[in-house]
Amino acid sequence: MRNEVLFSGFGGQGIILSAVILGRAAAIYDNKFAVQTQVYGPEARGGASMSAVIIEDEEVLYPKVRNPDIYVIMSQQGFEKYGVNAGAKARMLLDSGLVFSRPECRYAEVPATETAKKDLGRVIVANIIMLGALVTATEVVSKAAIEMAVMDSVPKGTEQLNMDALNAGFGLGENCEV
Amino acid sequence: MQGNIACAEGALAAGCSFFGGYPITPSTEVAEHMARILPKKGGTFIQMEDELASISSIIGASWAGARSMTATSGPGFSLMMENIGYAVMTETPIVIVNIQRGGPSTGQPTMGAQGDMMQCRFGSHGDYSTIALVPSTVQEMFDLTAKAFNLADRFRCPVFLMSDEIIGHMREKVTIPEEVDIIRRRPLKEGKLPFEPEDDMIPGFPEFGKGYRVHVTGLTHDERGYPEATNCELHSELVTRLVNKIESKRHEIADYDIINPQAEIVFITYGPPGRAVRQLMHDYSDLEIGHLNLRIVWPFPEKVLKEFPNASKFIVPELNMGQMAREIQRHTSIEVESLPKIGGEMHTPDELFRAMGGDS
Amino acid sequence: MKSVEDWYRHDRMPHIFCTGCGNGTVINCTLEAVMQMGWDIDNTIFISGIGCSSRSPGYITTDSLHTTHGRALAFATGVKLAKPEFDVVVFTGDGDLSAIGGNHFIHACRRNINMTVICMNNMIYGMTGGQGSPCTPAGAISTTTPYGATEPVFDLARLAEASGANYSARWTAYHVKELTKAIKVGMEIPGFSFIEAMTQCPTSYGRRNKLRTTTSMLEYMRDNAVLLNKAKRMEAEGRELSPGRFTVGEFVKRFRPALGVVKDEE
Repeated sequence: MRNEVLFSGFGGQGIILSAVILGRAAAIYDNKFAVQTQVYGPEARGGASMSAVIIEDEEVLYPKVRNPDIYVIMSQQGFEKYGVNAGAKARMLLDSGLVFSRPECRYAEVPATETAKKDLGRVIVANIIMLGALVTATEVVSKAAIEMAVMDSVPKGTEQLNMDALNAGFGLGENCEV
Repeated sequence: MQGNIACAEGALAAGCSFFGGYPITPSTEVAEHMARILPKKGGTFIQMEDELASISSIIGASWAGARSMTATSGPGFSLMMENIGYAVMTETPIVIVNIQRGGPSTGQPTMGAQGDMMQCRFGSHGDYSTIALVPSTVQEMFDLTAKAFNLADRFRCPVFLMSDEIIGHMREKVTIPEEVDIIRRRPLKEGKLPFEPEDDMIPGFPEFGKGYRVHVTGLTHDERGYPEATNCELHSELVTRLVNKIESKRHEIADYDIINPQAEIVFITYGPPGRAVRQLMHDYSDLEIGHLNLRIVWPFPEKVLKEFPNASKFIVPELNMGQMAREIQRHTSIEVESLPKIGGEMHTPDELFRAMGGDS
Repeated sequence: MKSVEDWYRHDRMPHIFCTGCGNGTVINCTLEAVMQMGWDIDNTIFISGIGCSSRSPGYITTDSLHTTHGRALAFATGVKLAKPEFDVVVFTGDGDLSAIGGNHFIHACRRNINMTVICMNNMIYGMTGGQGSPCTPAGAISTTTPYGATEPVFDLARLAEASGANYSARWTAYHVKELTKAIKVGMEIPGFSFIEAMTQCPTSYGRRNKLRTTTSMLEYMRDNAVLLNKAKRMEAEGRELSPGRFTVGEFVKRFRPALGVVKDEE
């Protein structure tokens, strides 16, 4: 079983961190194999940033995404650059407040940025909400694994905020049918 | 863990205590990690004014007894050529990490490439030989960096870790062993002259401050280390030894994987393209595909080509315009097909399939 | 140890310096200072780049590193920081230090790394046969300035001061006592100490500039050297140094925080 998860958004949303956390959850806490890569360059700071995680039960051979089966899209530009290429069998979570287009594949709308702003008062945790929704909607990694991976990766003093964001995301994801 | 961090961790595990560097994408994380960790371990990190100075500083540190390293990418690597030759001539153990990016010139700072494979072999002036290791996983970034220090100390020469942006910036799980093998340079034996080789053609190391009173020069020198720049015979003897001390051990130190040696079509890779080959073999498990993946590219262990007795064609996918393919063709009468790819992206398994004559 | 002779590498003699060369004088002054410091032969490292001056470490019996053109200070930085307890001395020349090695020079000064750097400024590239350097005086003839040098001269001692060195002085091969003392003071001061020693090169410089003999070159240095204090007084009086004259003396002596200082030295 190979999952290829592609994240895209704009610089500053924590797109790369999201992928790092997901990869860590899979490789360290779910004991699977994972590879995380990103488009690395000045254009990622401000433009459409992209990162990806490949999760497999066996060793990951080819380390780059070829045909993502899960997309997490957090900006309109990210959709236009990466989301539009989604294959018919792919699944997509999109931040409904920031992405106006809709793909032809199965998708679910997740109001991550809106929830971050309104319920948690910190827009910065939108990516963590999205991660929570991704996990309950697709079960690509376990809830326990993503919790531990988030705790490993966030700055001291923000643990509670991030846990609240992750739980909010779990809730949003449970309602998604993708 | 990110590839570049694994590289730095591998160096630390190997007892590297001196890092001199200059920031350059996509290698900078190596320096940043060393800057964070080395001072806590009693080592020295210094950001030099350029790459000319970076490599100079690590050669100086090596003579003071440190295991020393620098990390860079294409433009910085070009600047280092001058003192790579100096390290060769003075038989100074150092480790140089090149996280390769697209060139020539500034080229593609954030994209992977393998365009410096010939530069690391021939880039400095004069005749010499070097050792170059190429990782294709983040784990190998750790393992091969640690190994590079042992090779540098054993052969008393610059050793290159020729990685690339793809592996350098990739994150994978790494298992860090409780300890790694550390085989340090052999000190100069009593009664031997400072540059008098032992049976393996390698002189013992007369570390500074130990009373050897050694004079080290990049000029052609005798076994005392004294310049003898117009002595034709001496120069010939010295440079021949510098080459042969490494080349004569090329099969002993060779490090590679062989899969399906009975196959007719054989891919030869080093670094990232090997993973595309492995994926191809996985996706088309009914096809007979042979694979040779090299972890030490220089010195090139040409005998390994004989491990594929049925080979009718070697296909060499590389992230350059065919640098190693030419080297491989030099050693075999079997057809060698170069499969170059530049621009920053890896070969896909489908591209390799088509190169085999497949229809995908 | 009684004599500087103990510091020489006798099996390397004879040396390659031309008759009348000032480098031997500067080496002698340096070794005299080293003796006065009471340094240990096996704990002292001499490092150099490329050029006539840079051959000096080869004639001294310590561990030594004869490196590449311009890079001596970068090599020395590695040696010193890997083993700060070493006493490190760099021999360099005007071309080595200020042209190809200029960037390393200003950064070593800026870091104020604890070492002593002695620049034998002979105003010419001697080893390669007499080409113009950044220190070739205006009007002087060299093989690459056959119609007279036209570029302004680099004032190395002031460059060191401006770049952050704790100590900077300039003397000449004529001023043996002053030069020896300046080198010793430089060795005593923690941080980067720079001593510029103007030296005569009768072969490549003097021959083309009407200073064919060693004596005439030494007289040239004696007659054109102006004490720093005198130059300052002249400046206050609105008088300028005439072309071809240069200042000598101690340009800076200070105790700013330095790199590579062993704790008990402070």
